[in-house]
Amino acid sequence: MTGGDGPGRRERAASGLVVGAFGVSALGGAGFATVYATGGQTQLEGLALAVAFAGLAVGLAVWSRHLLPNGGYVEEHEPFDSPPADLRLAAEALAGPESPVRRRGLLAMLAVALGTLGGAALFPLRSLLPFDRERPVHALRTTPWAAGVRLVRADGVPVRPTDVPDGTVLTVFPEGHRGRGDVPAFAVRLDPARFVVPPPGGNVAGVVVYSLLCTHAGCPVALYLKETGRVLCPCHQSNFDLLAGARPIAGPAARPLPGLPISLDADGFLTAIGDFTAPPGPGFWSLK
Amino acid sequence: MITRWLLRRLGRSLDDRLRTAPVLRRAFAKVFPDHWSFMLGELALYSFVVLVLTGIFLTLFFEPSTADTVYSGSYAPLDGSRTSAAYASTVRLSFDVRAGLLMRQTHHWAALLFVAAIVLHLLRIFFTGAFRKPREINWLIGVTMLALALFNGFTGYSVPDDLLSGTGLRILYSVTQSIPVLGEWLVFVAAGGEFPTEEMVPRMFVSHVLLVPAALAALIAAHLGILVRQKHSQFPGPGRTENNVVGSLFWPSYTMRTLALFAWVLAVTFALGGLAQINPVWIYGPFDPAQATSPAQPDWYVAWGDGALRLFPAVEFRIFGHLVASPFLPGVVFGGLTFAGLYLWPFLDRRHRRGQLSHQLLDPPREHPARLGFGVAVLTLFAVLLAAAADDIVAKIFRIPVLDVLSILRVLALALPIPAGVLAYLVARVLQASGGRGVGDLTRQDVRSVRRAVRARVGAGVGAVTAGSGTPPPQDWAAPADADRIELWRDRAGRWRWRCRGAGVLLTANQLYLSRDEAERAARTAYGDLPLREVEPPGGAVGVPAAMVERAGRVAGRTGGYLTLAAVAYWRSRRSRRR
Ligand code: FES
Repeated sequence: MTGGDGPGRRERAASGLVVGAFGVSALGGAGFATVYATGGQTQLEGLALAVAFAGLAVGLAVWSRHLLPNGGYVEEHEPFDSPPADLRLAAEALAGPESPVRRRGLLAMLAVALGTLGGAALFPLRSLLPFDRERPVHALRTTPWAAGVRLVRADGVPVRPTDVPDGTVLTVFPEGHRGRGDVPAFAVRLDPARFVVPPPGGNVAGVVVYSLLCTHAGCPVALYLKETGRVLCPCHQSNFDLLAGARPIAGPAARPLPGLPISLDADGFLTAIGDFTAPPGPGFWSLK
Repeated sequence: MITRWLLRRLGRSLDDRLRTAPVLRRAFAKVFPDHWSFMLGELALYSFVVLVLTGIFLTLFFEPSTADTVYSGSYAPLDGSRTSAAYASTVRLSFDVRAGLLMRQTHHWAALLFVAAIVLHLLRIFFTGAFRKPREINWLIGVTMLALALFNGFTGYSVPDDLLSGTGLRILYSVTQSIPVLGEWLVFVAAGGEFPTEEMVPRMFVSHVLLVPAALAALIAAHLGILVRQKHSQFPGPGRTENNVVGSLFWPSYTMRTLALFAWVLAVTFALGGLAQINPVWIYGPFDPAQATSPAQPDWYVAWGDGALRLFPAVEFRIFGHLVASPFLPGVVFGGLTFAGLYLWPFLDRRHRRGQLSHQLLDPPREHPARLGFGVAVLTLFAVLLAAAADDIVAKIFRIPVLDVLSILRVLALALPIPAGVLAYLVARVLQASGGRGVGDLTRQDVRSVRRAVRARVGAGVGAVTAGSGTPPPQDWAAPADADRIELWRDRAGRWRWRCRGAGVLLTANQLYLSRDEAERAARTAYGDLPLREVEPPGGAVGVPAAMVERAGRVAGRTGGYLTLAAVAYWRSRRSRRR
């Protein structure tokens, strides 16, 4: 870029580049249309659009950098405090002799009216929790598990103690309530001789049942480590010791997993003899 | 020819009805500072536009409902399976709607970019003190937009009703539920009952596509309106004062530049959307409260909250027999403190400065070591939290038990931030004292002299170190030494203009004025009592780039020049070959 014709040459070169870039952009656009029209393909569509917009970007950037003046301008920046006279005029306009601002008593009553109305307007928010649904505290404290409710697998089949495998956990649900969020539990086979603390829900031939929901924030504690008899929560790595009443031993969970009291019904299926020993899942204000 | 004629016709007919000429003239002449960091906010703005455009496409195909449906479509592993309508329509959108996957993935990438741009913009504003008076309102609006962006990102991520996002939603539900007194009712009213409810997806959908975007659009309008009214702040430099703005004109150069940025955002998001898979919900499967994915990581912008939940020890306590559950402190209190700190920052920062001066000149970060140190300390903490959100992955990669990783991160979260902040503080002091341009230019001598100075200060009283320790801003902004006169002239068409000239400074007024008075008033506002001379109209084009801008652009210019030459040579050779 030396010599007398430098600027002129540079300008021509830049215009050439801009023209080329916009050309590439047009090609990209046409490419996208073609890919779409011939059946579509995500990668090619993205690439074509990216080329189209990148061409546009390069063209515009070169245009602004090399063909337009950059920098070198100054604009005045007036201070923001108005002259006192202006301020006075504005204050007079707002709070002149007839101004409503001066009617203290009326204003106070207006505030009362608007405040009440505003408060009343909040009431319909309550409709967001339908009135025929359980209230929070009751809903959180109880689950459909109750005496006589059989334990079923995800596919609805009732469970016998012998169905509980050795080495993994079996996710179970109360019969007829598969979809609810607070019911999932897991059955696991442990050697009763290893219990440091007896399981809160008791055991049937070594099978114990606990709530599946982590007491930290409610994720399913899906990972079972057989050697140590622990379950692990994948969300924030809380560990629960199944040999010690599912006591939390690491991670952010602070309460043990609630146990499910179980026994066998007349047909030899596992059945609950009550609700969990504590509300399942994360803690809440009214948790006793 | 035709374009210009059309524009003139259009301009005239608009002006006849709205009298737009004076407004437009001033709008075109608005000056934007030339610094890359001023583009970060625009980056966020354009990501938002991409989000709206791709999002509208998605709403036309997504079904916000948890009603049971059977997915039937070209994704064979799920064909014929019963899932919620939301999940099925997301899979259909990804496999059976042409260009649907492109739009979905671009939308997701644009969301990540959107929040990243907001955070970077916020950091720029923070470290340069751009939040100070008169810009506190825009800071508050900006922080609100950050909160809304985080929330909208979360709801958008959750509506497909897949297993991964369902787990995230379960956690958010539990965190909200942990709030003392109000939590249970709050979360039941918001979600319509105990987790999971049928109402969650449609409610999040309305919030995601209507309520929050509308609020964001309104806040963006306010943010920009205030920006235009207050004009830009700028870094200190030759010819720059508290009473002017130096840079490029809105029209044409800045318009082209900002449109180029818009096109870049589109190019990058569509490239990512086409080529980089993101959130493949068909792999995760539909949501089921009895299942979880592992490892499970949320999007990066909520990962700090997830990291806090992982790192914080298991603390649960009772108040009058009521339980304060373990997610409360790291989830609600920590998040609340973060945003309370952000909202209050302009007012906390002000206490360290004398008076309530308005500021148009920014602080280079080193000029305010205490603020820099504090910011770096907080950022370090958040970096550790982000790492903590990936602790299971770290454990897998390095084959360390995850609980050991957790303990290490806990120590780091406590031990790293303060030393990092102190280090940043000291580096800023050293830079300040040495006047060096960057960390690379420092000598050992510089470091030692500052160490001595700091030690003396600490000896004199710790308070002195934390109080605003930047060089006090000179009170008389009106007469910078490097600009030494104003030149005023009348051009051949009888209009007035002025410029400021000095050593290394040549800055031309952004507007033409109809009277000498107007021009002089503007010059006086910008430069106070500099000597003002009437001169002959300068020859050549007005507004040739000043020497210093030229210097800044030289490196880029040279690279661009070579590329350009190569391109043109190629183009020419092609042309001659064709002949
Ligand atoms: S939900 Fe289980 S550790 Fe957090």
